[in-house]
Amino acid sequence: MFQTIMNIISLWALPSIILIILTLGLFKKVPLYESFTLGAKEGFSVAVNIIPYLVAIIVSISMLRASGIIGSLSQVLHPLLAHFNVPADTIPIMLVRSLSGSAALGVFSDIAHTLGPENYATTLAAVMVGSSETTFYVLAVYFGAVGISKLRYALIVGLIADLIGIIAAVSVCNIFF
Amino acid sequence: MNYIFYFLIVISIIFGAINGKLSDVVNSILTGAELSVKVAFSLIGIMAFWLGMMKIAEESGLIKIIAKIIKPVTKRLFKEIPQDSPAIGDIAMSFTANAFGLANAATPIGIKAMEELQKHNIDKTSASNAMCMLLAMSTAGFQLIPATVIAVLISVGYKNPTIIIAPTLLVTTITFVSAIVLAKIFEHFWKPQCKTHGGEE
Repeated sequence: MFQTIMNIISLWALPSIILIILTLGLFKKVPLYESFTLGAKEGFSVAVNIIPYLVAIIVSISMLRASGIIGSLSQVLHPLLAHFNVPADTIPIMLVRSLSGSAALGVFSDIAHTLGPENYATTLAAVMVGSSETTFYVLAVYFGAVGISKLRYALIVGLIADLIGIIAAVSVCNIFF
Repeated sequence: MNYIFYFLIVISIIFGAINGKLSDVVNSILTGAELSVKVAFSLIGIMAFWLGMMKIAEESGLIKIIAKIIKPVTKRLFKEIPQDSPAIGDIAMSFTANAFGLANAATPIGIKAMEELQKHNIDKTSASNAMCMLLAMSTAGFQLIPATVIAVLISVGYKNPTIIIAPTLLVTTITFVSAIVLAKIFEHFWKPQCKTHGGEE
């Protein structure tokens, strides 16, 4: 029931937002086409502006992943995390999910395909991936677009929240499943 | 960020050497740089679309209406921002898009919100408290339905993939609330921004 309602909302969210924006604009006599193109003009410059920030962050994270450190750290952490009923296969997701969304999703698909649907690791991985956002990517894009290079406490807050999210995912899955 | 950037790269090179993967590390510079440009360019079209839509929403007064509705919440979270600023409406729109998993709309609208916050920023090179708060809200990744994850579960024959919705929602809510609380705590203890630009740290 909840799922069907959510599916309908997800399907209709975008079309409704667009319809509301356009209809209200027409009523308020906004020159729709002119305003749209005026706003859209900025799209290119914003995308180009974030390139330096994206290169800095994506390149350093690609290098980190290529170095094999994620695998080494997973092995180091495994004995410790085994106490909390954390399967070894899910540890790379914890390490990678703040850094790269596609990598986290890749590891998760891998777990789901190799260990199968009945495995606890698949469920835990699903919850961990489903409840996270790629902190470094969002930071690069959002701050890059407005030229912010001094982050102050933004990254620290994001990373602590990610850590809390991991702890929450492990605890919640231990209780639910 | 200077230190993080330095350590990410130095650790990669040292570990790459230890693991005998130095050539992979070197190759990843090229693939990473290519990927960055691909990501940026793939954003151009959708960014233009939503920035256009948001312009109409702004001129019709829709953003102001939304801002008025969520004012009780945002005036606590974004103290420094005048509550009639379009930034408030943009933030609400970006949160809504995130919650419904509309990543394509959420990113451009979130950037639009950042641009509005930048207008109120006293030092254009450093992140204001309001910007840190918006980033905390966005990186926490609050989402009602993890659609991509469910799709993967269905593809491997997971019996009842929707059972992960409730726990995921619980976890994402915990993360979201902690991110906001953390941002508020850090706001009090972190050195305030200076008006002067200053040089590099």
